[in-house]
Amino acid sequence: MTNDLTTTSAIARSDGHWARTRRAVDRFGDFWIFAGQTAWWMLRGSLLPQNWRLLVPQLYEVGYRSLPVILITGAFVGMVLAVQAIEQFRAVGLEERMGAVVNLSVVRELGPVLAGIMLAGRIGGALTAELGTMSVTEQIDALRSMGVNPIRYLVAPRVLACFLLTPTLTLFADFTGALGGWFVSVIQSGIDSGPYWEYTREAVENFDLFSGILKGFFFGAALGLISCYKGFHCRAGAEGVGRACTEAFVTSFIAILILDYVLAVILQQISEHFWGFRSLL
Amino acid sequence: MGDSSHNGPIIELRSVSKRFGPLRVLDQINLSLNLGQTTVVIGESGTGKSVLLKHIVGLLRPDSGEVFFHGKRIDRRSEQELVEIRRHIGFLFQMGALFDSMSVAENIGFPVLEHTKCTQEELDRIIAEKLRMVGLEGLQSRRPSELSGGQRKRVALARAIALDPEVVLYDEPTTGLDPVRADVINELILKLKRELQVTSIVVTHDMASAFKVADRIVMLHKGKFIADGSPEWYKTSDDTDVRRFVDGRAAPQDLEALNVQIEDLTK
Repeated sequence: MTNDLTTTSAIARSDGHWARTRRAVDRFGDFWIFAGQTAWWMLRGSLLPQNWRLLVPQLYEVGYRSLPVILITGAFVGMVLAVQAIEQFRAVGLEERMGAVVNLSVVRELGPVLAGIMLAGRIGGALTAELGTMSVTEQIDALRSMGVNPIRYLVAPRVLACFLLTPTLTLFADFTGALGGWFVSVIQSGIDSGPYWEYTREAVENFDLFSGILKGFFFGAALGLISCYKGFHCRAGAEGVGRACTEAFVTSFIAILILDYVLAVILQQISEHFWGFRSLL
Repeated sequence: MGDSSHNGPIIELRSVSKRFGPLRVLDQINLSLNLGQTTVVIGESGTGKSVLLKHIVGLLRPDSGEVFFHGKRIDRRSEQELVEIRRHIGFLFQMGALFDSMSVAENIGFPVLEHTKCTQEELDRIIAEKLRMVGLEGLQSRRPSELSGGQRKRVALARAIALDPEVVLYDEPTTGLDPVRADVINELILKLKRELQVTSIVVTHDMASAFKVADRIVMLHKGKFIADGSPEWYKTSDDTDVRRFVDGRAAPQDLEALNVQIEDLTK
């Protein structure tokens, strides 16, 4: 009897795994269809002036309202980086080269990644909650019933705003990151300002700045799409909306880290191909 | 639709089936609706009445079966191809589904702006006219959050008729309203039929409302229609399931389940 029970429950469990795997694959495919439709409406929508009025409030929300947290994030990243590095550099007597390492790290990696993660939290959560509530209260169905495509009307402007403004905000994070690093190295620790910037200029190429901005575009698209998708497929009730927000943030966070790794590998290859190995020290 | 050549039913469902996971919600449903008639769909909560309504505008697609509007098949159309159909159908959602980021005027003007090229004056005139129809003049600048439940449904109705649809679908229009406010909605449904000659489908479990507005009542039970007739027929029918629903009595097996629990508790 017990044997029977264990076999049945084992079958039920394996069936559960199989069903769950299938659902996950379904959802993954569904996400890419959603992404494709959004990309199509982002392109088409940007050619139709009547859609621009949908974009402006999103630009304001994503860009302007996120600026303070992005500036603060950038500044502290630069400062912490400098605080952690300075002792080691002092020990080998290379503290004048601090600028190269701090600024390169900020521009290439930490600026875009932390700006992306900050936005995934701030914007992603808000987008998921907004669209999730709309979905639960049938407002998205109402749009469709009135012959309005919710992807064109709701998703495309939001994803486009994230796509365009994440790189821009990354530049702001880079800027305050550089200031933060300079503040700790030059003002607090008394490193000579001249060589600090001279080594920075030598180390940080336009390509590094470009690669940070390029990452911003990818991160922005990813966090916008994931957050809108999660909002659209939100389950009913306050719990459903809350869970969708959590999932949106966690998924965006992981997507940003994976994208960052993939882009770092590709950009490294390109950099080595054109400029060869670059030594920082 | 400019398709007056078609003389058959305005909406027709042919053996439509729909399931969600293991749950069979609609089971080979057939229904045809004639121009200018108000058809009420009754049935217990969760029997798929709203699901049925959503099939008519393509918000849901049948697993099998066909849906026709003016004799044209619509259940396989893409979202883009459905736009033309949806312009002619107004949908009143259960909770109103007003856009809470917009004012009352913006809500009502929304479908007009999306589908027509009209001037601001024309738009203002349409909004004022529709608000007058639902008896809420002068509320243009209010936000949905500042309205009562009944007002919200009336604004939602004004939005549903903003494009002068041929068909209006009502998803539980009186649910959650007190009897007086519910009757205001009933009167509105009758008024729209009288003044705009709209064809209506009303999904409800409010029998008072059903008797008041219906030309025809169909009853959905376990995914199938079990009764179809005039309001008078329902008043006198002796079918057990119909009687139980119309009179609002619980089924013996439901009562039994309650008894068992209470006996368990007293043990």
